[in-house]
Amino acid sequence: MIRTLSYVALSGTLLFSSIAAATDETTQQYINTLTELGYPAPKANELVHIPPTMEDLENAKLHPELKRVIRRGYDLFTNTQQLRGENVFNNMNCSSCHMGEGRMPFSAPVWPAAVTLPNFRGKNDHVNNLEERIAGCFTYSMNGKPPEYGSDNMLAISAYHQWLAKGVAMYPEQPIYGRGFPAPDRPKELRYARGEAAFEENCSVCHGEDGEGLRVGNQTVFPAVWGDMSNNWGAGIVRVFTAAGFIKNNMPLGQPNSLSDQEAWDIAYYISNQERPQDPRYTGDVKDTLEKTQERFHKHSMYGQVRETDGHILGDHNNTGEKPFLKPDSVRPRTFE
Amino acid sequence: MKKIPIMLTVLGLATCSGFALAEADATRGAATAAVCMACHQADGSGMNIPGGESWPRLAGLDAAYISKQLHDYKSGERSSASMMPFVSMLDDQKIADVAAYYAGLPATKGKGSGSADEATLKRGQQLAERGDWSRYVVSCKSCHGPGNQGAGAVFPGIAGQHAGYIKTQLQAWKAGTRKNDTQDLMGSIARRLSDDDIHAVAAWLASQSASAN
Ligand code: HEC
Ligand code: HEC
Ligand code: HEC
Ligand code: HEC
Repeated sequence: MIRTLSYVALSGTLLFSSIAAATDETTQQYINTLTELGYPAPKANELVHIPPTMEDLENAKLHPELKRVIRRGYDLFTNTQQLRGENVFNNMNCSSCHMGEGRMPFSAPVWPAAVTLPNFRGKNDHVNNLEERIAGCFTYSMNGKPPEYGSDNMLAISAYHQWLAKGVAMYPEQPIYGRGFPAPDRPKELRYARGEAAFEENCSVCHGEDGEGLRVGNQTVFPAVWGDMSNNWGAGIVRVFTAAGFIKNNMPLGQPNSLSDQEAWDIAYYISNQERPQDPRYTGDVKDTLEKTQERFHKHSMYGQVRETDGHILGDHNNTGEKPFLKPDSVRPRTFE
Repeated sequence: MKKIPIMLTVLGLATCSGFALAEADATRGAATAAVCMACHQADGSGMNIPGGESWPRLAGLDAAYISKQLHDYKSGERSSASMMPFVSMLDDQKIADVAAYYAGLPATKGKGSGSADEATLKRGQQLAERGDWSRYVVSCKSCHGPGNQGAGAVFPGIAGQHAGYIKTQLQAWKAGTRKNDTQDLMGSIARRLSDDDIHAVAAWLASQSASAN
């Protein structure tokens, strides 16, 4: 079943048909579960969409071959390590950051991209479509090289995104409930030492004291939060507020919203002060790269900044991790001329 | 290399502060295990006892995990009337030895999934491998590792464990009578599981293999 409605409908006026009432109840239940977990309720004008599950897919009226391709996309999204060495050069799966199979609100659910793109993106200063958005996470978050546009794997991953958006109108005008990793208010002061202590207390049991995570066999159990096997300096989560939002809303695993805002921000600040593979837009010099990317991207990250504890300049290296190149061809301007 | 999780380090410091243990010795552990066999069996397979208290399989569990549990019983962090008289006989060295012994035994098969129907097993598999995010039940494998066969010293293998034992442990976490898990990691999940879900996931896990091969 697909349930989409504007939260406005919940306040009552629209609910004359029994179908609307049932939808209303399901949505209300969905919201109750989230608020019990400490997430905010939707604001009056926000779009609430409950993305369909893989069970819903089995029951959906779609061509069996399409179902097979969506299942393939799901498999790639949740086990992206199968593309290791080809498209992925760190320990991440897409679902390492997009929790709950890319369906969870406050964990950057991925379906909004399917209904809001093509659109202009400040990060690369041109109009992007869904494939290019997915390519972005491959390039930076997976420290990798996206599957070719139009390839089987790219099509399958996009199909999974579009399936999750089923029933939502294109280019919705309302803001989307739980989109991105909304950050709590930034506290007055962030402290490295406090972040380090809180990381050791709450996170290192899974992610390790050096943030390296844990692999068993060739599978990632706990992804690396910094270091060679983590995302590179160009990824969205290197912005301190994005990391704080991710952590507050999703970590420790199974206990969302259990940290205070101060703890989430201190930990984010501590993590943001650790090294990771070079930003693919690196020009050979960290100062120069920062100058070229700061306005559009690195305003909120620690890239090129001096670490207060030891004077180390973050990102001042040419280490690309396990990836044998710096920049995939997909990072290029578009002019539409 | 992965460092020993801090919690275990702290535990180690607290229980044997001052003097170091000799290397764990599985052969010495085998002698200690003589008193354990009555319940855990000679091959470490334990026993699924429907309607009664099941004895967990110990064969093939992680040594550091076994050792932590024995320390926890001893300190009262984890309680069991059946285990108490036996752990009180063990000093730190014996605990390390017997843990090494059981960890080295080949894992045996889980029992107790026989009567579960297909729908139950399917639900169990879903919880174990994908979770149920509509109630924020994170998949078991996201902590217990690939195939739910264990991840490091903190997250024990649960595949191929007896259904009866899995069930009582999850119920104990729900009821708040087992709470020796680091940071309430297991408790947070168990409290979101319904009785039906506990039954389903226990049945499915018991039907799975405890080790990859
Ligand atoms: C290291 C964490 C991380 C990983 C791994 C990751 N992403 Fe992302 N993703 C992000 C962040 C951060 C954003 C931006 C969220 C925001 O808007 O603040 C994002 C945004 C997205 C969006 C846009 C969502 C929207 O609201 O429009 C899509 C689509 C997406 N990612 C797909 C993927 C895919 C596919 C993969 C795997 C190939 C992947 N991501 C892996 C962190 C990650
Ligand atoms: C019980 C284990 C566990 C604990 C404790 C835990 N995490 Fe995670 N973390 C995970 C798992 C598992 C994922 C990947 C999500 C998935 O695969 O479902 C993850 C993902 C992440 C990610 C995104 C991917 C990456 O590696 O960058 C970050 C950042 C993160 N955790 C930070 C933290 C922080 C900060 C804490 C402490 C407040 C914490 N985690 C506590 C298990 C844990
Ligand atoms: C009288 C039967 C009995 C004897 C004898 C016995 N056990 Fe147990 N053991 C149990 C039961 C029952 C449990 C589960 C208790 C619970 O619910 O916590 C258990 C649990 C355990 C556990 C925890 C397993 C896990 O997966 O967490 C370990 C380790 C263990 N026993 C080791 C031993 C050792 C070592 C000995 C001998 C020194 C021993 N037991 C003797 C009945 C017994
Ligand atoms: C967030 C991490 C996490 C998740 C998710 C998780 N567990 Fe656990 N589980 C643990 C930890 C940690 C322990 C070990 C507790 C201890 O040290 O005594 C544990 C222990 C157990 C035990 C006791 C094993 C024994 O030998 O005594 C069982 C049974 C269990 N888990 C079942 C499950 C099931 C079923 C699920 C999925 C529905 C699940 N777990 C999901 C963290 C987790």
